[in-house]
Amino acid sequence: MQKEQTMINSQAPFRGLGGRKIKNNIFFYTVCILSGITMLPLFFILYELLKKGYKQFNLSLFTEVAPTSMDAMLAKMSGSDIPGGVLNGITGGLLMIGLAILIAIPVGIFVGIYLSEHAESAFAGIVRYLTDLIQGTPSIVIGIIAYAWIVKPLHSYSALAGSVALAIMMLPLVIRSTEETLKLLPVSLKEAGLALGASYTNVIFKVMLPSAFGGLFTGILLAVSRVMGETAPLMLTALGASAINWNIHRPTSAIPLLIWEFYNDPNLIDMIWSSSLLLLLLILTLNLIAKQVANKWRIQ
Amino acid sequence: MKDKIFKFLLFFAACSILLLTAGVIYTLVGQALGTFQYFGFFGFITSSEWDPRAGQENYGALAFITGTVITSLLALLFCIPFSFPVALFTGEYFRGKKIASMVGSVVNLLAGIPSIVYGLWGFYTLRPLIVSLGLSDQGFGILTASLVLAIMIIPYASSLSSEFLSMVPNDLKEGAYSLGATRLEVISTVSFPVASSGILSAYILALGRALGETMAVTMLIGNTNNIPRSLTDTGNTMASIIANQFGEAGGLKLSSLIAIGLLLFLITAIINSIAKLTMKRINP
Amino acid sequence: MENTITNEYLLELKNVCVSYTPGKNAVNNVSAGIKENTITAIMGPSGCGKSTLLRAINRMHELYPHIKTTGEILLKGKNVLGMNPMEVRRRAGMVFQRPNPFPTMSIYDNVLAGYALNGIRLKKDEKDEIVETSLKNVALWNEVKDTMTKKGSFLSGGQQQRLCVARALALKPELLLMDEPTSALDPISTNHIEELLLELKEQYTIVIVTHNMSQAARISDYSMFMYLGDLVEYDTTTQMFTKPKNKQTEEYLTGVFG
Repeated sequence: MQKEQTMINSQAPFRGLGGRKIKNNIFFYTVCILSGITMLPLFFILYELLKKGYKQFNLSLFTEVAPTSMDAMLAKMSGSDIPGGVLNGITGGLLMIGLAILIAIPVGIFVGIYLSEHAESAFAGIVRYLTDLIQGTPSIVIGIIAYAWIVKPLHSYSALAGSVALAIMMLPLVIRSTEETLKLLPVSLKEAGLALGASYTNVIFKVMLPSAFGGLFTGILLAVSRVMGETAPLMLTALGASAINWNIHRPTSAIPLLIWEFYNDPNLIDMIWSSSLLLLLLILTLNLIAKQVANKWRIQ
Repeated sequence: MKDKIFKFLLFFAACSILLLTAGVIYTLVGQALGTFQYFGFFGFITSSEWDPRAGQENYGALAFITGTVITSLLALLFCIPFSFPVALFTGEYFRGKKIASMVGSVVNLLAGIPSIVYGLWGFYTLRPLIVSLGLSDQGFGILTASLVLAIMIIPYASSLSSEFLSMVPNDLKEGAYSLGATRLEVISTVSFPVASSGILSAYILALGRALGETMAVTMLIGNTNNIPRSLTDTGNTMASIIANQFGEAGGLKLSSLIAIGLLLFLITAIINSIAKLTMKRINP
Repeated sequence: MENTITNEYLLELKNVCVSYTPGKNAVNNVSAGIKENTITAIMGPSGCGKSTLLRAINRMHELYPHIKTTGEILLKGKNVLGMNPMEVRRRAGMVFQRPNPFPTMSIYDNVLAGYALNGIRLKKDEKDEIVETSLKNVALWNEVKDTMTKKGSFLSGGQQQRLCVARALALKPELLLMDEPTSALDPISTNHIEELLLELKEQYTIVIVTHNMSQAARISDYSMFMYLGDLVEYDTTTQMFTKPKNKQTEEYLTGVFG
């Protein structure tokens, strides 16, 4: 790490060499300490969620719907734990994220293919710029859009509206990961396919996409993990529901929406920790799996 | 024939991004028009009134624009002393080493924590701390929101800066070492200047993130509709006023909230474009 | 430039020009005829247009819209520039500089990739037969017959390249185009491939681009020397290596430049 100063004996006036070394070391240790401090919030947050949430983190969290304010109050008065879980949030999340995946992935992969195939064209440049623009758009603004496009014309908050918002948020991530992965594949792979007389379509679907599978899969997992914790756009679109709902035209809940409800209801406030813990664990797991897939795929 | 259809589908998908963006702008402008016609565009953005009482409705975005700008800039300021060392740690000192990827992964996981969980943590951990330090009575306000925002944007700033630092060619650095420079001197005279515009773009992108953050800010800023005058003042950002009041809004108020959404969209678009241009200068 | 070859040609190039930028030919007005069951080597310093010429034959340049090919390339008397490119590529197999087996496919599927990618359905025994003959053709059968289901990328570089030759042969092409097929391989693998080419000559016609003069001398019947896009000299390999007609060819062969 530190370079040896071998020329010390020369006649040249090395002013304050000792001072420079000390400065160098102080800076290095400061960088290390501050980097260490930066890692703390993650552990603080995890610790707090674990400490306050582990008691409620049980099977009923997964098997029961969210309690009503009344149930919770009665339970509290009798001194027992708040009953219920976040099942309606889990199912709602599955419904909306599943639908968002159905919308965002085909479009995203196609756009990604287009961008990697026309890397130099001006039109692709514009599309790429707009993709970044959408990615940088605050989620609450995307919520407004889905509200104006789906909720308003259909006169109802709905899972569909929530899915559209989530799909718009996932789209740029899927596009860019598809593009980047395809660009990493050697050109000779595509040429080998075409040199066998295969059609362009077959080369893309049977050679390029399967070879890029690891990268695409990682990108999709990260896109899902990014929208899984979104609250703001769902507040304007899916609204939330107290029961399990599989109808895409009706208001639907999701774990983040439930956390928001619990937070705003003094009787339910104790539920926030276990449900946040669950949400965070789900997201961290997805992130870790994505990393695993990316690593495994890179070796091959 | 099949190839033609497929190529057309690819092109069509690419066009759908154009349509999507056009649709977003059209919708935002269309819905915000009512407010701009009523108050005038400049009237709306220069007024700090927010009065929803029927009959004397009066809406202006200035308080929220100020709130957004102040919290985001403060967050950016607070995040530098942490994100920059992390970038040096992962992209320079321990580049390519296992410990760098470990530290980088842990810091990047911060980006995975949902906004609402940051809000809870800020509410139950940071806010009491600020109260006990005697900084403010309730603990809500600009300072609390900015501190949490700062943590939230650290990974965005550090990971990109680290990438640009690690791209500084080795032979440049070796040139400085061969002249007898210390590591710190190499960093300050070679690595940092070479990577500086990349690092700048990383921080501009992080600022763009901070501008649009909603839930955590909504839970911590105190939700008052006036221009904040000090660090401990409460306020509202553009995102938080929308999150707070959208549900019950209609008519002129809804139009005004969407107008704020449009402004937020434009501001983040401009900030992100600046970041992209800065990056393009070094990555032609 | 005189051609000493007068027989009927399998492949005939007439005034072939390829340009990357308008007005600047990377391959300039090349005419030549190639006989059946021969190996023809294209030599020349890097950037002379030898790979560009080879890739014009199976129309690989069409992947890049800015590249223009003109002239006539006759395969059994029919101009390939007027055919469906997919048909051309099926009739003229290609092996690339770096071995590029499809990473997601097994060894077995790699050999059959040409059929799968062209949407041709085969019965199981037909498949087995094609795989066996193709792999025997490239002397890979004994090495891989027990590991057919493994991915092609697990093989060594030389084995991978032989797999790629098998993949091209499986489609029973009339012509085999090879773009510096040994430049990424070690000397032993290179030797294997060269021996293989000499055997394949019995059944196939091979055009090989190489920057390795001794390789050309070892395996080819005819040699082309290209320089700055021009076909400078085209003759039997023995003639060219013993008595080159052109000064540039001589200088290149004796190592004055290149």
